[in-house]
Amino acid sequence: MSVEFPTALMLIAGAAVIPLLWGWARKAWSLLLPLLALWHLLVLPTGSFGEFELLGHTLVLMRVDRLSLMFGYVFVIAAALNAIYAMHQDDTVQLVAGPVYAGSALGAVFAGDLLTLFVFWELTAVSSVLLIWARRSDRAYGSGNRYVILHLLSGMLLLAGTLIYIAGGGSLAFDHFTLNQPGTLLILAAFGVKSAFPFFHTWVPDSYPEATVTGTVMLSAFTTKLGIYALARGFAGTEVLIVIGTMMAAFPIFYAVIANDLRRVLGYSVINQLGFMVVGVGIGTELALNGTVAHAFADILFKTLLFMSMGAVLLRTGTVKGSELGGLYKSMPWTTGFCIVGAASISAFPLFSGFVTKSMIMSSAALEGHTIVWLVLLFASAGVFHHAGIKIPYFAFFAHDSGIRCKEAPMNMLIAMAIAAALCIGIGSFPNVFYSLLPYPVDYEPYTAEHVLSQLQLLVFSALAFAVLIRTGIYPPELRSTNLDFDWFYRRLGAGVANSAIDSAARAGAAFSGAVERVLRAGVQRIYRHHGPEGVLARTWPTGSMVLWVAILLASYLVMYYF
Amino acid sequence: MNEYDAVDGDKQDGKPVEKIWWLDRSENVTKLYRALWAIGLALIGLDLIVHRHAETAFDGWFGFYGIYGFVSCFSLVLAAKGLRRIVMRPEDHYER
Repeated sequence: MSVEFPTALMLIAGAAVIPLLWGWARKAWSLLLPLLALWHLLVLPTGSFGEFELLGHTLVLMRVDRLSLMFGYVFVIAAALNAIYAMHQDDTVQLVAGPVYAGSALGAVFAGDLLTLFVFWELTAVSSVLLIWARRSDRAYGSGNRYVILHLLSGMLLLAGTLIYIAGGGSLAFDHFTLNQPGTLLILAAFGVKSAFPFFHTWVPDSYPEATVTGTVMLSAFTTKLGIYALARGFAGTEVLIVIGTMMAAFPIFYAVIANDLRRVLGYSVINQLGFMVVGVGIGTELALNGTVAHAFADILFKTLLFMSMGAVLLRTGTVKGSELGGLYKSMPWTTGFCIVGAASISAFPLFSGFVTKSMIMSSAALEGHTIVWLVLLFASAGVFHHAGIKIPYFAFFAHDSGIRCKEAPMNMLIAMAIAAALCIGIGSFPNVFYSLLPYPVDYEPYTAEHVLSQLQLLVFSALAFAVLIRTGIYPPELRSTNLDFDWFYRRLGAGVANSAIDSAARAGAAFSGAVERVLRAGVQRIYRHHGPEGVLARTWPTGSMVLWVAILLASYLVMYYF
Repeated sequence: MNEYDAVDGDKQDGKPVEKIWWLDRSENVTKLYRALWAIGLALIGLDLIVHRHAETAFDGWFGFYGIYGFVSCFSLVLAAKGLRRIVMRPEDHYER
């Protein structure tokens, strides 16, 4: 049997079978699909296949190289973890949407041409929004609408950019672009929506807190990292990305400190981590691109782990708001432990995955002389420890005891978290195996005495700052609140302008129809006065008066005849 | 019975008494806090021993990473507190 078929089709076609299954068969099949896909990636030959001609252009369904394979591996691992994590639930919508979403993300990663990319790009949008709507609340419905509109817009930008690019003499192949080619700015913007560039980022903190327990875990894995893959493939070395990435690494941490919903805190921290990757793409050296790919891989695993632990808290207590939680380590000790592993990984503690991946990006920024960028990224590193590394575990599991006593997470969730935690520690502790899979040869040693020492100093003193702020009472308390972000401009200002425009249009329409009505009414009244039941012209005249009038008429004729 | 000796399953006046955990006692939290300071200062001290190959103009300075981490996080929280004054709204802001 030839293995030269798109991996995406396995998952998408396999998902179509899920509604026909029930009970254990359904759960086993859901887990088997990503494992089959993983097997497929392991036996795939490198190179391009699945090529066919369409209207004079070549479509390439599968382009297998070291860059696409790394994203492929981590996507199927994330899909498998999600299948285990979601095993306790039996919501057909989510069970079908999950593999379709994962499959379309894989399809996009392996797409060798822009049209195939576009098709899978759109499919990720429409399959993933189901995971938000599946929460079946009003808020989730609204949030899903905003999410899918932005992502369909991203698809439209990609399609428009592609058409302009081809019309300008480009080929359909999805390779490296430069910004002076026609249409490439639109393509960059399309990738930017998925990668949560500033001002396009609002869908992340908007939708992640509203999706289902298992849905958010899936959302965090695929969409944004697909954006990073596309940037790394198309725009490596594009300098403007260094500026954009630096902004992304810095600004969300301020929001993360004051956000109350802990899944929203993690949403802002997703943008912060994407910032590091976008900087890496912008620098574009082999070290930087290796760092970007490695960090995307590690990020999917530790973000999945953190979202899984918060999902478990949401499932057991019904809330993930910092203001309501605290002291859960007594009820959920295993979840607490796994969350701390995720927190240590995202904070880049030595022996955890972030330490061996993020530092490659930091080093490349320093080596290329981007000192200010390096300082901002260092600030963002301290900040991410502060809000994701400390705030998340502290307010959920420690802090003041909220009095909530609940059950530990279900066994399937604990198993999924345990595997993710093991992978985070494995990558961090044995980086050389992991490095050997990266797109370019790696000449980088993370475990030097000075690097370990620098990182520990940074982290311990960040923790001390947190401890001092908490003990002095300066630290802002967790409050039930909404913090305005850029989405205010379309959720409030835009909606307000639209609503008042509709109101004024309605008022103008009412005034106009009122005027028309008055004119018509006046006309009708005039007709009515003469022709209505009481009107002069509609009166029933007696026959005698008719005879009288005829006599008068004849008489006047006679008179006129004589003169 | 001393309240600190209570363990899960013990009963007092017919009601179960919940275990008092190690972290529930504020003197233990203070111990952790002091231990963290001790670790931090020890790490700064190691700067005297470990030789650095500075990648930028700053990171060779004595105690650079510790001070930068502390100042970053402190100012981050103060700035975020200020940000709250501008952007914080009631929880149901968008539902009104």
